[in-house]
Amino acid sequence: MIWNEKIECASRDEMDAIQSERLIQTVKRIYHSNESYRKKMQEKGLVPGDINSIRDISKLPFTIKSDLRDNYPFGMFTTPMSEIVRVHASSGTTGKPTVVGYTRNDLQMWAEVVTRSLAMAGVHKNDIVQVAYGYGLFTGGLGLHYGTENLGATVIPISGGNTDKQILLMQDFGTSVIACTPSYALYLAEVMKEMGITPESLNLRIGIFGAEPWSENMRKEIETKLKIKAIDIYGLSEVIGPGVSCECEYQCGMHVMEDHFIPEIINPETLEPVEHGEMGELVFSTVTKEGMPILRYRTRDLTRLIYDKCECGRTLVRMEKCLGRTDDMLIIRGVNVFPSQIETVLLEMSETEPHYLLIIDREETLDVVNLMVEVQEQFFSDEIKQLETLRKKITDRIQSTLGISIRVKLVEPKTIERTAGKAKRVIDNRKI
Amino acid sequence: MIIKQVSVFLENKSGRLNEVTQILSDAGLNMSAFTIADTSDFGILRLIVSDPERAKLLLKQNNFAVQITDVILVKSPNRPGGLARMLNILNAENVFIEYMYAFSNSEETAVIVLRPTDLQKCHDILQNHSGDFLVNEGQYSF
Repeated sequence: MIWNEKIECASRDEMDAIQSERLIQTVKRIYHSNESYRKKMQEKGLVPGDINSIRDISKLPFTIKSDLRDNYPFGMFTTPMSEIVRVHASSGTTGKPTVVGYTRNDLQMWAEVVTRSLAMAGVHKNDIVQVAYGYGLFTGGLGLHYGTENLGATVIPISGGNTDKQILLMQDFGTSVIACTPSYALYLAEVMKEMGITPESLNLRIGIFGAEPWSENMRKEIETKLKIKAIDIYGLSEVIGPGVSCECEYQCGMHVMEDHFIPEIINPETLEPVEHGEMGELVFSTVTKEGMPILRYRTRDLTRLIYDKCECGRTLVRMEKCLGRTDDMLIIRGVNVFPSQIETVLLEMSETEPHYLLIIDREETLDVVNLMVEVQEQFFSDEIKQLETLRKKITDRIQSTLGISIRVKLVEPKTIERTAGKAKRVIDNRKI
Repeated sequence: MIIKQVSVFLENKSGRLNEVTQILSDAGLNMSAFTIADTSDFGILRLIVSDPERAKLLLKQNNFAVQITDVILVKSPNRPGGLARMLNILNAENVFIEYMYAFSNSEETAVIVLRPTDLQKCHDILQNHSGDFLVNEGQYSF
């Protein structure tokens, strides 16, 4: 089913007109209501009147993650706080999270784009949708939740974790759609197998998977093990959350909800737009958001756009699966991790030096992180319990900063590579 | 007698212990006793050597994390109950032992390295006791 046929199947000219009109309004509003955007536009000698159509979008300044950090917590909002009805946050490059705010209309729009996504995936109102994304500051859980309700399907708001219960509810409630990270889907499959539960005994037919990169091979594995159709959903909190784009049943790229989020592909070196269909960095401008609109946000995700009409009938532009990034951000168990966060923690602790090596493996289906930290001469204790205490202290600090569990391993001094240039701090052994 | 023990941090990987012994051997330093305390990831090698300061310097130059710790050298008759007698005394005085290890250098006596939480207190108790527990200067040579 196509949820919003008028938009999703609009001609390119119609979409251009919608985007142009909304972009003009958004730029005008941002310019007059947010100082940091106004300054950035003035630096480029731009006034709102310079933006007359979607073709002028490349004149606008970029927004990057550090802009959100510099304006922490609410400086990027363009409405008074009385209009903001919800905030979400994701981990930032330093200790401070990236905060986003939503007005009532924003939440409605978000529900609409998630509903479209679910409909693309083949979900309908008779489905029972188990939302196993985390509920809370993370946009995954609540994003999927309200989209499911808006569609009219039944939502099971179980949130993440608690695998035994997830499986119990799937059996007893007859869950037909599961929404979670792809790695968690594989983990569920594994636990079910151990418990002797076959996919045939369940009602599952569709999986909505996102929040981390996953390959076509992983898709095949999930589809075989769970006997479902595995659909890729994309989103980032800076733009809205899940529902920025989603695959349809043909699984040939994710349809971007481009009447709300205008995608561009740029060359990450020159920052110039690339030729149609070329690979580059994905950039988004929101054109309907009220609480925290964002102009030309650099996602750091590498992909390409496909403008051909899809077999499903939709004309919404498609983006390919994102498999690479232009920065050093890692996605571990669905959580964004920047190696610099670890360095900051180690620098803050007097007992350690900021030399570390992060090794990420995928054991079975879960990401496992080992962090090597050098023992310093002056803090090397002759007693095991003191070294264990130190190790625990490092582990606790890093876990609370990153929000994921890690294993800290103390290693001998000067065994971690030191270079004047960019040292290799991360070894990612996962095959994605 | 209180003596200096050399402690070395070792990762659990093959060849490292070898390296330590080779460095000491090349320098002509003799090891009288050693023990390894290990966890799943790392170990601590504790050594009694003829010249602890020099051993520390050499090991440091080879990028080992090294520390010198004071320990008490005691002796015990090499027969059942010999050690128990001394530990009972320390226990009665609330002396907590972090670790200890023993080496025997004759049929009659075992020499024991003791690392109590409170070194001086432990040393004084043993010194003032009539039991002749402490190894004294000159009684034992490295």
